Amino acid sequence: MTTTVAPGTGARTAPKDQPGAEPRRRRSGRLRRIGLPYLLLLPAVLLELLVHIVPMAIGIVVSFRELTQFYIRDWTTAPWAGLDNYALAVDFDAPVGEALLKSFVTTCVFTLISVALCWLIGTAAAVFMQENFRGRGFLRTLFLVPYALPVYAAVITWAFMFQRDNGLINHVIHDQLGLTDSPPFWLIGENSFVTLLVVAVWKGWPFAFLIMMAGLQNIPREIYEAAALDGAGVWQQIRRITLPSLRPVNQVLILVLFLWTFNDFNTPFVLFGKAAPESADLISIHIYQSSFQTWNFGTGSAMSVLLLLFLLVVTGLYLLLTSRGRKATDV
Amino acid sequence: MRRSRAAAVGAVTLSLVLTAAACGGGSSGGGGSNEQPKTLTYWASNQGASLEVDKKVLQPELDKFEKETGIKVKLEVVPWGDLLNRILTATTSGQGPDVLNIGNTWSASLQASGALLPWDAKNFDAIGGKDRFVESALGSTGVQGQDPAAVPLYSMAYALYYNKKMFEDAGIAEPPATWDEVAKTGKLLAKDGKGGLGAEGSNLSNNIHQVFVLGKQHGADFFTPDGKADFTSDGAVAAVKQYVDLMAKDKIIAPGNAEYAQNQSLSDFATDKTAMVLWQTASATFKAQGMNEDEWGVAPAPVQSGAPGEGTATNSMVAGINMAVFKNTKNTDGAMKFVKFMTGDEEQTILNKAYGSIPPVKAAQEDPAFNGPALSVLRETLATSAAALPQVPEESQFETVVGTAVKELFADAAAGRPVTGASVKAKLEKAQQQMPKK
Repeated sequence: MTTTVAPGTGARTAPKDQPGAEPRRRRSGRLRRIGLPYLLLLPAVLLELLVHIVPMAIGIVVSFRELTQFYIRDWTTAPWAGLDNYALAVDFDAPVGEALLKSFVTTCVFTLISVALCWLIGTAAAVFMQENFRGRGFLRTLFLVPYALPVYAAVITWAFMFQRDNGLINHVIHDQLGLTDSPPFWLIGENSFVTLLVVAVWKGWPFAFLIMMAGLQNIPREIYEAAALDGAGVWQQIRRITLPSLRPVNQVLILVLFLWTFNDFNTPFVLFGKAAPESADLISIHIYQSSFQTWNFGTGSAMSVLLLLFLLVVTGLYLLLTSRGRKATDV
Repeated sequence: MRRSRAAAVGAVTLSLVLTAAACGGGSSGGGGSNEQPKTLTYWASNQGASLEVDKKVLQPELDKFEKETGIKVKLEVVPWGDLLNRILTATTSGQGPDVLNIGNTWSASLQASGALLPWDAKNFDAIGGKDRFVESALGSTGVQGQDPAAVPLYSMAYALYYNKKMFEDAGIAEPPATWDEVAKTGKLLAKDGKGGLGAEGSNLSNNIHQVFVLGKQHGADFFTPDGKADFTSDGAVAAVKQYVDLMAKDKIIAPGNAEYAQNQSLSDFATDKTAMVLWQTASATFKAQGMNEDEWGVAPAPVQSGAPGEGTATNSMVAGINMAVFKNTKNTDGAMKFVKFMTGDEEQTILNKAYGSIPPVKAAQEDPAFNGPALSVLRETLATSAAALPQVPEESQFETVVGTAVKELFADAAAGRPVTGASVKAKLEKAQQQMPKK
C-alpha cells in the first residue's frame, strides 16, 4: 500500500481530504487483513471441492444405492440399498466377499514386499552414489529412466517381454540358460504375482532413490568426519548418522510409496488386461471389475469406501507411531 | 492497495469461472432435440486393421453425406477396448456423440440403461422400414418384444479358417466339419511346435462366443427363458469343458494360446504356426498380415457329430456391429438422416466391401462382391445356423464372469493342471454367484 506523492506537487494534497480518505483506507485495510487471504484461497478450495470432495461424497452416496445399468443414465433415480452393498462386500463366505478378501490380502502382501524392495534398492543406490567416481552423473541419469518413462509405454514393454512364447524373459531363462523344463507362463496363473512385483519394483525404486539422494545431501559432511576421527567404521556411520538423519525423509517416503503401491491401477491393468489372474488380482483392479465390468457401481463404491477407511486408519496409525518415535529421538 | 484489489478481483473471477464450469454438466432429462441441425458427432468402432484405415474408409462417405444434406459429421474412431467404457461414461454424463456404433451383443445391456433412442415403427419408417434388414441381424438388437435399441450396420459370422499349405503337407484333403474331425485333423497338424487350432484364451468376449455356440449344440442356454443366469446346467458345463479340452485333452491348441488376448492367434495363423482358427470375418486381417487370398480356405464352423436335438446345428453367434442414436442428441433429425444414409443400399455395399463383412441389408447382399467363396460361407451361416447371444440386460456381466471362468480354466490346462467336469462346474458356479441378484 503506497501513496505516491510526486515531488513538488505536495501542496495539491489538501489536509481537508484526509478525513474523507481515512475511512476508505481503513476499510480496504480491513478487507486485506481479513478477507483477502480467504479470497485468495477460494479458487483452490473450489477446485479441491470439484475434483476431490464432491466426487468422493457422491461415491459415498452411491455406495448406499443399487446402481446398475438400469439407473446409470440418472444415478439419482437408483433405489436405496441401505447396507446391502456393504453386506455383499464383507460376506466372506459368498463369492463376491471371498474374492474381495483374497484380493485385499494379495494387495497387502504385494505392497509390503514391493515397498520394502523399492526402499532397500533405492537407499542402497543413494548411499552408493554418495561417493565421487567417474561416470556418476551418467549412472544417476540411468537410474532415473524408469521413473521418467511414461507408465503405459514401460509396462506394455514389460508385458511383451513376459510373453510365454515370444518374450525376452523366457528366451533368456529357458532357451539360453535352460533353467526351466518348459517355458513358464508369466501373465497368467501363479507366476503373475512375481511378474507384477518385478515391474512394480522396477518402476518404484528410482523414486525412493531420488528422495534418499536429496535426504543424504542434507547431512553435513563434518559429522561423518568427526565420527571417522572417533574411530567409527562405515557400518557404524550408516547406523548412527545416516539412518537417524534420514528419519523424517523416510517417514514421508515410505508412506507415499505405500499409498501409491496399494492403489496402483496402471501396472496390473496394462500387464494383465481386464481380468487379472487371481494371484495378481490387486484391489484397485478388483474394484474396477466390480464396477465397470459387471456394471454394479453400488457394490464397487462400497468396496472403495471400505478401502478408503482402511487406508485412513493405516495412515493415521503410521503417522502417530512414526512421529512419536521421532519425538523420542529428538529428545 | 491496487495490487491487492487486482488479486481480489482475479480470485473472484476465477472462482466464478470454476463454478460456472462445474454447472455446465449435462442434463440427463428427456429426449433429443434439433438445436444443432448442422453438425453430428459419430463414434465409429474400429473395424479395419488400424484406426487410420477406418478414417480412410469412412471420411469419403461422410463427405458424401455432407454434400447431400449439408450436415457435417465429426468422426471419432474408438478402439474396441475403450468403446464400452466410453459409452458408459457418455450415458452417465449425458455428454456423448449423436450417433455411435455398438457391439451388437451389448444391445440389450445398453437398452436397459435408457441411453439409446428406441427404434419404434415410426423411426424404422424414417430409414426405409424394418423389413429391409436380415432377420438374424435384427435378432441381436435388444430384448425381444421391446423396440430395438439399435439397427444392424455390419454383419459377421464365425467360420473355420484353415491354412491350405499346412493341410496339404499333412496330407489332409478336406477341412473338418464336426468337432470329432477337428480333433482328429488337429492332432495330425499339431506337431513340431505348431498348433492345430488357435484360440484366444485370455480374450473374454471370444471365449463367450465359442462356449455359447457349443452350449447351443449341447442344447443349453446360459439364461433361462425368463432371463435368469443359468451357467451350471449339464449342457453349459459340457460346452465349456469341450472347448477347454481342445487344449487340455486333445492338445490341438498350443498351451501358449492361454495367454492370448490381442489376436496373436491370427498372427500365428498368418505365419504358418497354427493350421486352423475359428474366427469372425478374418480375411481382412490375414491380408493385412501379408497372406495371399489363395493361401487360406474357409469352411463352416464345426457342429457336433450326429447329436440329435434342437439347436444343435447352430455353429456361430450372430456377430456384428449395430448403429445407435444417443437419446441426448441435439440433432435428432440429422441423426436419423445419417443412419438412413449409412444403412442405405449403396453405402452398405461400399462399407461392407471395405471391411470384408456382410451387409445386414437384404438388397445390398445381392452385390456380386458378397458371392465369393469366403463370404458365401459366412452368408449361409448367418442365414441358417447362427444364433444371437442372450438378449438380456445382464449380457455384459455374463461376458465378464463366464469369459473369466473360461480364461482361468485355460490357464489351468496350460499349466498342466487337470480340467475335470467338477472343476469346470465349480468355476461356472462361482461365475453365476457373481451375477447381480434378480
